[in-house]
Amino acid sequence: MAVTVPSPTPTVEAMSPWLEAWRVFRSNKAAMLGLVILSVIVLTMSFGPSLYGVAPFDIAGAPFTPPFTEPSVWLGTDYLGRDVLAGVLVGGRATVLVGLAAATVAVTIGVSIGALAGYFGGWVDTALSRVTELFQVLPALLFAMVLVTLFTPSLTVVIFAIGIVAWTGTARLARAEFMRLRHLEYANAARAIGAGPLRLMLREILPNALPPLIVSATLIVGSAILFEAGLSFLGLSDANVMSWGLMIGSNRRNILECWWAVTFPGAAIFLTVLAVSLIGDGLNDAFNPKLHLR
Amino acid sequence: MTRNLWLVLRRLGLAFGLVLAVLAVNFTLIHSAPGDPAMVIAGEMGGADEAAMAAIRKNYGLDKPLPEQFVTYIGRSLHGDLGTSYTYNRPVSELILDRLGPTILLVLTALLGAICIGTLMGVLASRRPDSLFSGVVTVFSLIGYAMPVFWTGILLVILFGKVWPIMPIAGMRDVRMMGAGTWASMLDVLHHLVLPAVTLGLIYVAQYSRLARASMLEVLGSDYIRTARAKGLGVWAVTFKHALRNAMMPLVTIAGLQFGNLISGAVLVETVFSWPGLGTLALDAILGRDYPTLLGVLTFSAILVIVANLLTDVSYRWIDPRLRGR
Amino acid sequence: MTEYSPLLSVKGLGVEFRTRRGVARVLDDVGFELHRGQTLGVVGESGCGKSVTALAVMQLISQPPGRITGGEVRFDGRDLLQFSESEMRRVRGNRISMIFQEPMTSLNPAYTVGDQIAEAVRLHEGLSKAASLARAVEMLDAVGIPAAAQRLHEYPHQFSGGMRQRVMIAMALACKPDVLIADEPTTALDVTVQAQIFDLIADMRERTGTAVMLITHDMGAIAEMADRVVVMYAGRIVEAGAVRDILSAPQHPYTRGLIACAPGRRTVAPGQPLEEIPGTVPSLLERDAGCLFANRCAKVMPRCRAELPPVTTQAGGHQVACWLNQETSA
Repeated sequence: MAVTVPSPTPTVEAMSPWLEAWRVFRSNKAAMLGLVILSVIVLTMSFGPSLYGVAPFDIAGAPFTPPFTEPSVWLGTDYLGRDVLAGVLVGGRATVLVGLAAATVAVTIGVSIGALAGYFGGWVDTALSRVTELFQVLPALLFAMVLVTLFTPSLTVVIFAIGIVAWTGTARLARAEFMRLRHLEYANAARAIGAGPLRLMLREILPNALPPLIVSATLIVGSAILFEAGLSFLGLSDANVMSWGLMIGSNRRNILECWWAVTFPGAAIFLTVLAVSLIGDGLNDAFNPKLHLR
Repeated sequence: MTRNLWLVLRRLGLAFGLVLAVLAVNFTLIHSAPGDPAMVIAGEMGGADEAAMAAIRKNYGLDKPLPEQFVTYIGRSLHGDLGTSYTYNRPVSELILDRLGPTILLVLTALLGAICIGTLMGVLASRRPDSLFSGVVTVFSLIGYAMPVFWTGILLVILFGKVWPIMPIAGMRDVRMMGAGTWASMLDVLHHLVLPAVTLGLIYVAQYSRLARASMLEVLGSDYIRTARAKGLGVWAVTFKHALRNAMMPLVTIAGLQFGNLISGAVLVETVFSWPGLGTLALDAILGRDYPTLLGVLTFSAILVIVANLLTDVSYRWIDPRLRGR
Repeated sequence: MTEYSPLLSVKGLGVEFRTRRGVARVLDDVGFELHRGQTLGVVGESGCGKSVTALAVMQLISQPPGRITGGEVRFDGRDLLQFSESEMRRVRGNRISMIFQEPMTSLNPAYTVGDQIAEAVRLHEGLSKAASLARAVEMLDAVGIPAAAQRLHEYPHQFSGGMRQRVMIAMALACKPDVLIADEPTTALDVTVQAQIFDLIADMRERTGTAVMLITHDMGAIAEMADRVVVMYAGRIVEAGAVRDILSAPQHPYTRGLIACAPGRRTVAPGQPLEEIPGTVPSLLERDAGCLFANRCAKVMPRCRAELPPVTTQAGGHQVACWLNQETSA
């Protein structure tokens, strides 16, 4: 006697959650804009420098040449006469690579610590939570400054310095997710057939905790890029590698004389971080479809 | 009441534990850095002077076993002895106390301003989530988050240094104001404070407006808001009395969590505007290889964050009665 | 129908909600009357429009996405739908009050219960803080909260669910309203507490003379409390009348189903499963031309799917909208 309700769109239910998330993401204009901006930036920094062919540290013209006046140095020159366009084209490499690598380090540390704390609970959780708290009270930039100063400022040191200070948010998130998921049925089922803790964490729980962690990782990439820019602005990154932050930092004393040397690299950082956070927001919406129904 | 007292003591105990942990991190850093710890402590100044190095070794007990050194280090630090700056030839704690005021002034102005303005923007945006204003708030918060704080500062310096010179763009006091009366010099400091505080506050206005919007939207959909309206209250009483207080919880949480980031931001802002605070002190210390000062700043900033977290905890209990006695 | 004018009279009320999948017609041509001192029961399954009716009377439907498409809500001779927002605010909580289904979440966690009760009194009667708090104590006492003067300063989380609903009732009645709308006031409570709350509402009605509009799906409560009953289905009224008539001689197959489903009815022998009405409420997005109950009705006729049944009125104001009834009475 029960009435069978014909399903309006049976195909949607057959979709995997990832495909469904991609569908939502694709229909999000802001997120797609972010993706396009980021793609353009990545392509530019990959191929731009070799196509342009001017080395960023070379003196390319008279110092303080304003932009849009000399065709040879289209974005002008800085206080030493270095080509601003060359710097902008190549400066993203260090910034974005350090950002990505540092975010990887941060997410790895954060997920490991959060997973252990959330899965085991008890004294493990208490101990790891205290450690997380400790890293939360150390002001990240100052701590990274100390690390970079005590060790030599190479890109590797910068990557680890950022990674070591940026993981606490991920750890808190991973802890909450693992705590929530460890007692769900499939975890219990896997436990019943004799899966060990490591297998359970990696094979059963982690995949289900991924969506929020991916969102958080994306946002960390954004803040790691800002972080790298801040450190190189202060002159605490590798001085032999051109980066957007370094360009701004080295021209800091002359900003009133050559605004272009700081404005363009800054805009590049801004656009990159904006693109990354638009993507992060889009992913967040895509993984939480209920927010859309309102 | 004894229960509350116990809770307060427990909180303070945990905070004290964190301070010890921060000191332990410092100690570890000094000893894990490549090279002679005495060299690290003395910095470049000590490297040239053998007598000073010997004094440092003796003073810090660097010839003793590590655990003993650790205990000595913690003991000294807790007495307020953070070592001596060989660049300034003054105790680090004195240097820090000199610079603490400006940093706190900058950070608190930026934070409180950002919370007020950001929350107000978020609240107004939440009234009509599909309106133009709401869209502007969303776009603004995205932009504000993505702008590197030092770049924002530099753009403001260019604007007010070159285009429209009505604001001082560097320092905290005008030399011409030396010897002026209390009121005049306070006004002078506030005048210098505007740009750094705006720069630092902008990111947080962006974040809080977005957060406040989301939090208000959630609260406005809850049952007790319907009750308040059914009581006959007007839109503003419902928004500001019944909704805002409940929507503040996540804001306070984030404000507490981000206090460390705020100090990090202050380092960059102080650098851009030559603000004489802990951040410029730290940067000068780095340039002069003045490790005791640098580590002192780190310790002190961490203590600021710990205190801020304690205050956050207190305000939680004030905002949400459900948390009292927990 | 009646000689004296009703306190609250709703006619032809229609409400739509815009959703992502189209416009849902949530209320369609809803009408009923509530007289002074009376209790009107409104029954129906969840989603039938009972709560929306209440919110429409209070003008608390959020627009957008909701929209009142027509009709009138005449209260004390004036149409509330024509009121401005500020006029409406003077009615809400003052002359018409409302209590809700979820006492656990309907009180603001950040303020003491005393503040929340006194707030309405201060707002509508302009009393001082002290006088309004004194009224709050009085009200808490009246709804049976022990040690009212102390509990005044406690927060909602320090009260149990039943006690919170008592606080809600105290708050709703603090300004001595003409109408109390109780929207499923006991659904979220334990069975033993449910009876206490119903008793309290009945008792307060006796004492204050407030008319009550009781929204519920509990036929037992209707039998005990209501004078008249309105049965709603999918946004329309299918049957209305005096409680005796409806319970003893239900005409609409849906009403019959509701009564048969009610737990605790004598017709259900121990061990026998409760009856249920098969199927679910139809989508409100595309309404068919005919009776909305047609696809669940055991006595469905071809005509039911084609045309909306008209309302017939029988003795004692017993109204039914059903073709079945049309056939027999014609």
